[in-house]
Amino acid sequence: MVQCLAPDGSVVREDLLPDPGTRLELYRQMRRARHFDERGWVLYRQGRLGVFPPFGGMEASQVGTAAALTKNDWLFPTYRDTGAALTLGLPIARTLAYWRTSPHGWHMPADLKVLPFYIPIATQYPQAVGAALAERRQGTRNVAMAFIGDGGSSEGDFHEALNFAGALNAPCVFILQNNGWAISVPTRAQTRATDLSRRADGYGIPGVRVDGNDALATYHVTREAVERARDGGGPTLIETVTYRVKPHTVADDPSRYRSEADTAGWDAKDPVTRLRTHLLNAGLMTEASEADLLAEIAAEFEAALAEADSYPEPTPAEILDHVFAEPTPQLKKQRAEILAEHAQNGTQSSKEQA
Amino acid sequence: MTAPTTHAPQPTTHKNMTMVAAINDALDIALAADDTVHIFGEDVGVMGGVFRATDGLQAKHGQERVFDTPLAEAAIVGMGIGMGLAGLKPIAEIQFAGFLYPALDQILSHLGRYRHRTRSRYHLPMVIRAPYGGGVHTPEQHADSPEAILAHTPGVKVVIPSTPADAKGLLLSAINDPDPVFFFEAIKLYRSIKEDVPTGDYRVPIGKARIVTQGDDVTVICYGGMVEVAHKAAAAAHAAGIGVEVIDLRTLVPMDTDTIITSVAKTGRAIIVTEAPRTAGFHSEIAAIIAEEAIEHLRAPIIRVTGFDAPYPPFTAVEDVYRPNPLRVAKAIRQVMDY
Ligand SMILES: Cc1ncc(C[n+]2csc(CCOP(=O)(O)OP(=O)(O)O)c2C)c(N)n1
Repeated sequence: MVQCLAPDGSVVREDLLPDPGTRLELYRQMRRARHFDERGWVLYRQGRLGVFPPFGGMEASQVGTAAALTKNDWLFPTYRDTGAALTLGLPIARTLAYWRTSPHGWHMPADLKVLPFYIPIATQYPQAVGAALAERRQGTRNVAMAFIGDGGSSEGDFHEALNFAGALNAPCVFILQNNGWAISVPTRAQTRATDLSRRADGYGIPGVRVDGNDALATYHVTREAVERARDGGGPTLIETVTYRVKPHTVADDPSRYRSEADTAGWDAKDPVTRLRTHLLNAGLMTEASEADLLAEIAAEFEAALAEADSYPEPTPAEILDHVFAEPTPQLKKQRAEILAEHAQNGTQSSKEQA
Repeated sequence: MTAPTTHAPQPTTHKNMTMVAAINDALDIALAADDTVHIFGEDVGVMGGVFRATDGLQAKHGQERVFDTPLAEAAIVGMGIGMGLAGLKPIAEIQFAGFLYPALDQILSHLGRYRHRTRSRYHLPMVIRAPYGGGVHTPEQHADSPEAILAHTPGVKVVIPSTPADAKGLLLSAINDPDPVFFFEAIKLYRSIKEDVPTGDYRVPIGKARIVTQGDDVTVICYGGMVEVAHKAAAAAHAAGIGVEVIDLRTLVPMDTDTIITSVAKTGRAIIVTEAPRTAGFHSEIAAIIAEEAIEHLRAPIIRVTGFDAPYPPFTAVEDVYRPNPLRVAKAIRQVMDY
């Protein structure tokens, strides 16, 4: 398993250390992600965010990997990968809107190739292969990165995608976040395989196992995989070994299926603390400069929250928007029905207001 | 007209329970009665299912009979087919009906045609349970109503209960049916209603509709999560002097055409209510049957009250626009009365 920093923050592989600026940037992104996760819980309890799947403790797995991409690359995130999407640049306000069940969270910025969070499991994997191939056909050096969980890697789509990507030499980076659980099912009950990165062997592509709580290690191996893909070397499967310390969703009760003993020890491997200790020890950050960073991140989040608060609620007829480029006659009739039914409320589709 | 009732003997004891408890009770009874019965799916074992429908069953009946599978719907159904071929009674849970889709190849290519393609040498006594439908603010794809896809697949039965007692009685019938049965459970109804449910091995026959309310003016045909919606509209109409006969279909395949036709022959007006999208839904099949078999009785056009031709919206603020409510049904009732 590739590791750069030990859980206590000491350097175990000097040769894998990225440059200081990158290390600081990874820390900043992990802090942004964690802030979202922590504020998300509070907002959920206040009724200001819907049910969302937390990812606290998995920041190194999401940030270190997504940070290896540029804005020209594709990102196919699952519902768990808010941290990865934020890292590539998905605006916080849009992300909040998504988890508020607002259609404003479905408007992806034009300068990003990030897809809305995938709810059905594993379907995104073959799609990432297609996007990667399309980039290569069009002569770019852009790659596609797709995320999946340990549970998701049991689905047929996962295996078909790896096989396609290998056979067709698609510039794809597959991130398999092994966080120990698929809702209530532990990885050992999910599969008899103990090293999921070796699933790559069956498809003739490189497989890498990395400490998923070590942002410098996840960044290092992902960059290698991204560069190989850009250079025509084909796909890589990266297993990030991490843990879902939090419940499956903010509404889940993990005490039904796991004990405290299962989770013991993982707090000591916390990815944010690990990089923080390293940065302080290496003199790249001081407590004072960190305090400035946290203040900046908190301010950024509150501004985004205010922006999300300013998004209007969807109007009734809006549920029929965006089904086809041109609404079918049936949809037009159905829109008229909705407008007539809700006329007394004075509601109108935002599209029509615009 | 008298309401069709079950052929089961009148049970003597009852217990007040929710629909999810009634389903759990049926599964418990089936596991105890027949050791070929096996329950499996995502999170059904240790956790007892995301809706707790299988709560406690693994502890009681063992990890071999009630077990968690890896996360793969095609394999869940495919494995169940193999179990059924080899003499077991598989009961699979698909966590949400909207996640049936990866398994459609197994269902369309195999589950529905095994009996046919082996000239009855093999048959599949498999039950697939799947929570479906909206009204509880679930995320994207968790509220789908894909029953028409299954009803359109030859060789599979489709059952959708609307009450705790029916859920128990129909599920036990499904488990004891020699053919594959899809059993859709309206998420909205799991815990929102309670009623007295007969104890013991209680059966409700597959293929018999239930008349929920009797009336001479309008027939409202519905099933699953839409029954209580239609019932509310009917109660309001009754108060206004309009007799509404609400028919809970209970089973889409086989469909109780007789109950529908008899009712429409009496009322001359038909409304069909479903939360599935409008185009090419099962409701259209019902409308076609009425047009074929009862057109001479119709005094007004058949009206469908449905979801819309858009994906089910996971937007909390406007979810209720999509899912038919009593007001929409009431409006349809006025429309056919005023025609
Ligand atoms: C096709 C499909 N089947 C079932 C589900 C329901 N479901 C949501 S999350 C989940 C577990 C996923 O576990 P894993 O892939 O390990 O990812 P994690 O949630 O741990 O990040 C399940 C079964 C789904 N969303 N999609």
